[in-house]
Amino acid sequence: MEVYLDNSATTKVMDEAAHLVVEIFTKDYGNASSMHKKGVSAERYIKYAKETLAKIMKVKDKEIYFTSGGTESDNWALIGSAYANMRAGRHLITTQIEHPAILQTMDYLERQGFEVTYLPVSKEGIVSLDALRKALRPDTILVSIMQVNNEVGAMQPIEEAAAIIKKQNPQTLFHVDAVQGFGKLPMYPKKWGVDMVSVSGHKIHAPKGIGILYVREGVKIRPLIYGGGQQKNYRSGTENVPGAAGIAKAAELLYKHLDRDTERLYELRRYFIGELLQMDDVYINGPLEEGAAPHIVSASIKGIRSEVLLHALEERDIFVSAGSACASKKHTVSATLQAMQIEQALLDSTIRFSFSIYTTKEELDDTLKALREIIPMLRRYKRH
Amino acid sequence: MFKAFLIKYAEIGIKGKNRYLFEEALVDQIRFALKKVEGEFKVHRTQGRIYVDALSEFDFDETIQGLQKVFGISGICPVVYAEDEGFEKLGKDVIEFIDKVYPEKNKTFKVQARRARKNYPMDSMEINCELGGVILDAYPEMKVDVHHPEIELNVEIREKIYIYSQIIPGPGGMPVGTNGKAMLLLSGGIDSPVAGYMISKRGVKIDAVYFHAPPYTSERAKEKVVDLARYVAAYSGPMKLHIVNFTDIQLYIYEKCPHDELTIIMRRFMMKIAEKIALESGCLGLITGESIGQVASQTMQSLAATNEVCTLPVYRPLIGFDKQEIVEISERIDTYETSVLPYEDCCTIFVAKHPVTKPNVKVIKGHEKNLEEKIDEMVETALSSREILDIE
Repeated sequence: MEVYLDNSATTKVMDEAAHLVVEIFTKDYGNASSMHKKGVSAERYIKYAKETLAKIMKVKDKEIYFTSGGTESDNWALIGSAYANMRAGRHLITTQIEHPAILQTMDYLERQGFEVTYLPVSKEGIVSLDALRKALRPDTILVSIMQVNNEVGAMQPIEEAAAIIKKQNPQTLFHVDAVQGFGKLPMYPKKWGVDMVSVSGHKIHAPKGIGILYVREGVKIRPLIYGGGQQKNYRSGTENVPGAAGIAKAAELLYKHLDRDTERLYELRRYFIGELLQMDDVYINGPLEEGAAPHIVSASIKGIRSEVLLHALEERDIFVSAGSACASKKHTVSATLQAMQIEQALLDSTIRFSFSIYTTKEELDDTLKALREIIPMLRRYKRH
Repeated sequence: MFKAFLIKYAEIGIKGKNRYLFEEALVDQIRFALKKVEGEFKVHRTQGRIYVDALSEFDFDETIQGLQKVFGISGICPVVYAEDEGFEKLGKDVIEFIDKVYPEKNKTFKVQARRARKNYPMDSMEINCELGGVILDAYPEMKVDVHHPEIELNVEIREKIYIYSQIIPGPGGMPVGTNGKAMLLLSGGIDSPVAGYMISKRGVKIDAVYFHAPPYTSERAKEKVVDLARYVAAYSGPMKLHIVNFTDIQLYIYEKCPHDELTIIMRRFMMKIAEKIALESGCLGLITGESIGQVASQTMQSLAATNEVCTLPVYRPLIGFDKQEIVEISERIDTYETSVLPYEDCCTIFVAKHPVTKPNVKVIKGHEKNLEEKIDEMVETALSSREILDIE
């Protein structure tokens, strides 16, 4: 039996979403901008998608924009709002544990003359609100903090951060990369004081190639992509109708049973971590319970290289991901794990297990059984 | 405008009675290479020459690139056909040919006529002179030079008349299949694909063996080797790739032998296994990408120690090459980019900090005694469980 525990990398598309997407690809394939009725029926899907997503986030339909995915949403939010607001200041704030889609974009903006402050995190991977308070300046135009860290699952205090930012200066924009949080946790931008939110389709059982950027009405933002003027000139390019319908369908079904599913995932997580901690020299990174997202477990298994363990699990059809990729010629150490000051010896030994609504206790038991067999075997053979 | 190619071959022309076999092999290889090219072709031998006729529209550049991968070809001449409609028409065709191929006319030339069809009303000398005159009349800036012309205009009188002047260089070497078969030890590195290419260039057909060590090496590392084998096969023709699971043997050596000898003992077993597969497959030798002194396992002493386990000759075409020279060839044959993908191969996973550089065969053999209990069985298992892929 295949056990897929790499849902933070990507997920299986939900049947309901897949059917709808195929239907649109093959039957209602019109261009949403066409004037004839095939265009109109395509546009109806876009409308349905916006309404559905807006309802989930308790925002207005017109505040939802479709993009090609989380990376584009992040790029657009940062670059678009930084340039549109640069007259008010050139200072940006983010954290040391963001996804590369944020970190690399910030790096680009630094090279364009913006100044960026990277906030430190605790050993559990949670951003320091104190540091945020101290970092905010009159010329801070934008803060970007992720909802859930993708590597260790640490939830960030978004509501509290928003309060701090808006108290200091209501004009300072607050962007949240919710790629790992959306579909697992509630997301109420208006209630919380968040101005922009990035979401990705393929992390929530929708297809790849679709994402969302929520932009609060009134936020000054420039387009990132120019062309035919679709989506009110803010995001040109023929609308990805199947993608939009797919992400809306998946989100609709996920949020329908969110409380029940989240509770079940937390139970699974608690059980899995409990069992892992009974193994020798296995450590959990990030929050154990309080402050943890329901679907991510990051574990360091001392003395075993993550890549080897990953392949050993793969031989048993169990799919996970390595905390930081280490190959003989290229060494990329995870920025998140470093920011959390994980012991050097454990950096290369970190594995991420990420669950989805389809994950079962049996699958976790299979994984635990495999780990109990593999770990002692691999530990016998050390590298020099 | 070109409708055919005259294939020039150098070395195979001197092989006496075997010439027929070599030409047959070359024709086969050309046919195989052109299968991957858009267009329909007929490859035929006529009076000691090999022609490729295009029977349909075809992609010129792609065809040349395909032919440039066929060992044994020294030159490729794109040919224009003309119908035999009298000498005056031939003159016009030749003028047109020159105009299309040489926009710049200020060149020296000579005409080289050949009559395969002896009933043509003029003999070769007459054709040379008359056509030369026609060309000079049309392009006064051109000059005749019979000794070192810049343009040698070939006119062959056959059923149709063939006109050609350019020679595009081929890869040289000898047609694959004319010199037996050898087994290439293919790793994911830069050297071994180049070694395979070089031996294949001498007309040797190739099969390859790759040792993988899951979970220490990944599925991607294996994919990479399959990709490399495909690049080599573009020159060597179809091959079998034997994928041997080496993990258990490697771990057994790790447990039983000194760690600084791990690599050398491992390599000795790789050679042994490769030789067994080679003998089963009718190979006459092994090929490795070793180069003296490149790494600890390629010192003279180490090479002697690995060589010692084989009875088949081991061909090491890169033995005197510097890394940069090898890299240059790998770039030319398109393997470089794939070779440098950073996946771990099984030679590096347990490598000691200070491996022996001057292994003593007697000492090594002494340590290999520690393996006696299980090693033969493990080698058998590795052999019988190997995966065999057909690479084209």
